[in-house]
Amino acid sequence: MIAFLRNTWRGLTSMRTALILLFLLALAAMPGALLPQLSLNARKVDEYVAQHGWWGRFLQKLGFFEVYATPWFAAIYLMLFVSLIGCLLPRTFEYFKQATAKPVLTPRNLSRLPHHAQAETDSSPEEVLAEAEQHLRGWRKQADENTISAERGFLRETGNLVFHFALLGLLVSFAIGKMVGYEGTVIVQANGGQFCNGGIANYDTFRPGLRVDGSDLTPLCVKVDDFKAEYLPNGQAKSFHAGIGYQSGEDLESGTWRPFDLEVNHPLRTAGDRVYLQGHGYTPQFTVTFPNGVKRTSATQWVPVDPVTLASEGAAKFDPPNITDPEQRRKNQLAVTGLFAPSSAMHGSILTSNFPALNNPMVAVDVYRGDLGTDDGRGQSIFSIDKSLVDQGRLTKVARKNLAVGDELSLDDGTRIRFDGVNDWVSLQISHDPSQVWVLLFAVLIIVGLGVSLTVKRRRFWVRATRQDDGRTLVEAGGLARTDQAGYGEEFTRLATSLLIKET
Amino acid sequence: MPVNETLATYSDWTFNSAVGVYVLAMVLYLCEQAFSRAPKKEPVAAGGIPGLVEEPRRDLGRPERLGRMGAALTVLGAALQLVALVLRGLSTGRAPWGNMYEYVILLTLAAVVTWIVLMAKFPIRRLGGFVLLPIVILMFLGGTVLYAEAAPVMPALQSYWLAIHVSVISISSGILLVPGIASILFLIKDRKPEKFPKVPSTDVLDRIAYRSTVLAFPLFTAGIICGAIWAEAAWGRFWGWDPKETVAFVSWVVYAAYLHARATAGWRGRGAAWINVLGFAFTVFNLFFINLVTSGLHSYAGLN
Ligand code: HEM
Repeated sequence: MIAFLRNTWRGLTSMRTALILLFLLALAAMPGALLPQLSLNARKVDEYVAQHGWWGRFLQKLGFFEVYATPWFAAIYLMLFVSLIGCLLPRTFEYFKQATAKPVLTPRNLSRLPHHAQAETDSSPEEVLAEAEQHLRGWRKQADENTISAERGFLRETGNLVFHFALLGLLVSFAIGKMVGYEGTVIVQANGGQFCNGGIANYDTFRPGLRVDGSDLTPLCVKVDDFKAEYLPNGQAKSFHAGIGYQSGEDLESGTWRPFDLEVNHPLRTAGDRVYLQGHGYTPQFTVTFPNGVKRTSATQWVPVDPVTLASEGAAKFDPPNITDPEQRRKNQLAVTGLFAPSSAMHGSILTSNFPALNNPMVAVDVYRGDLGTDDGRGQSIFSIDKSLVDQGRLTKVARKNLAVGDELSLDDGTRIRFDGVNDWVSLQISHDPSQVWVLLFAVLIIVGLGVSLTVKRRRFWVRATRQDDGRTLVEAGGLARTDQAGYGEEFTRLATSLLIKET
Repeated sequence: MPVNETLATYSDWTFNSAVGVYVLAMVLYLCEQAFSRAPKKEPVAAGGIPGLVEEPRRDLGRPERLGRMGAALTVLGAALQLVALVLRGLSTGRAPWGNMYEYVILLTLAAVVTWIVLMAKFPIRRLGGFVLLPIVILMFLGGTVLYAEAAPVMPALQSYWLAIHVSVISISSGILLVPGIASILFLIKDRKPEKFPKVPSTDVLDRIAYRSTVLAFPLFTAGIICGAIWAEAAWGRFWGWDPKETVAFVSWVVYAAYLHARATAGWRGRGAAWINVLGFAFTVFNLFFINLVTSGLHSYAGLN
């Protein structure tokens, strides 16, 4: 039993296993780049599964659309983790043992070494060794009767250990971040819209870490004062800028708003959280004047369907006023849907957008009347109407028209719908990850450790000076690079030459 | 900032001349390969000191002179490429690696410079053609398929991290091209040494591969880390398994495996060479497939 455990442990921590696990990790990570991933684009995953039949469903079952959350991916990196620890522990002991150890004894036959040189001289062995001592400044030395054994480059071991431990630290910090961090996005209207992260419900989407239940988010409020976008003539974005105010910590009590310029590449960092400007779009505003003279206004964000021209789709939904009978109310709900173009261009009678800025906004609306299904208790998209209700005949199209800002259309019952104008919205991401500074710290150590361990070479150098029968001294030098041979040759030649050449 | 069209045009001209010069250099290398006789024996260690390998001294024959001209042209090409890059930067007023075309210029330049440095240390001049071939192909693709007009970059790229992250990554990827080629030659030579007498010994090839990998790997690591730091500011997270990030991670792991393989009995030599080739395959895959076929946040390709 013990033998079995020991053998398993040995196997798992051998260099060969580490090599195989590294390969497995690389192999396992690849599908995440080749197949659509839930965390990046859930819609593409659905499309892929729909298109590939049983194969798609098979891949889905095995977790190929969320590779980095699957048990098999976790298994590989956990094994690598264990292997790494198992490898590091003995090497750390070894390291401290070697740190104080003396350089090894000079080999009997120096001419067998990869680097070797010899010469005769008239100086005495003592003089030669004293001179060698001079040249070997900075080396760890062990002098003996007629020889010096020197070693250099122990720092390589240090760098290597720092590197592997930092790798360990990075993985742990990363995992902790995945446990206690969270990420939420929310759309906020420009020119006055506000957001406070009082709870998960305030977010449009929220991705909690495994140990986050949303009950103790760090309080934070943001209001968006204005939004500006600049574009190049070809429609490529040049800059986005949101002027915001924010409150965190004591400011929440005192009600102080601190101004901040939120831009791409320039997130707000406050109270350990970060706020990012992630995207923007348009909010067309409609006012409905019902036959009884009551007005209702809707300003709901529309979603860009073309990322370049920002042509957008959405739905403004209205309940009829002053109707208490639910049955009646349900028959007379209104929805204004269609396509919004910030810079309108007509292709025949079809509205399109040819530029992302608000140069000439126009909206092509389809007006539906009937039951929007808002009472069904099912959640519904704020960007569209439920098409199945149209198919069932519970919702019917009653008008279609292109409207410029200020234009109106009238329905058969005298209801008037006016396109009032357009506002900007921005989408903000709020992120919380207390361990990311640790990840950064370990990442820096990784580079430092790697740099040291790959540039420093461990090498040994020996000199032996023996008096010969003829009274002259035979000087022999030998060298051995403990790691990679490349590059030691030059140094050895230089050292050996400085010791031997003038004498020959 | 408006684009200076004149400088942009000069940049295109110098780029094209660099390609021309490389092609010429390749032809010269080929002639040298074809007309020179194989050395009677493998280059031997000088003065009994391994690590200092020198080619046996011979009189300069005609093929030899062709090879030297090829080497000189390689240096000239690198200089032209450098000028093309600098002019690009001056014309746009930003770091000249904001789209794939510019990225290819920097990458191939790094590869050529690495090669020139190695050429000064190792007897490998006659292999120049093998290295220039992929470089010319990359540059040709860069100048045609991937070509993008000099223009400002999108907001997510407007950061000093562009200068740091992309340059470090492309320089390290460029350096990694050299061990990739050296390892391919290693595998060829190792299979039938007697059939390729003009290719240097596997020992030399292995050392070239190791030296250049060891130079590029920490750089590549630093490049990935800079990318993560930038992603934290631009995209809201430092790591998100975006396809480009994923493949960079995979090639990093493969190169780590290479370094391990060289320290593991039974994996030195052929095994390590295969792994190095694999690593380079992933690097190229990342450059083309991920930029052109999948869509991720790394959209600087400027092609869609
Ligand atoms: C998370 C996985 C690992 C990665 C990414 C990794 C990465 C690396 C890298 C890049 C090097 C070369 C740099 C240097 O020489 O310091 C290296 C060297 C080394 N690694 Fe790892 N390593 C991992 C796991 C392991 C494991 C599990 C072991 C033990 C079985 C191990 C043992 C070694 C040894 C002994 C060296 C020195 C080799 C030499 O001197 O050339 N590593 N590692």
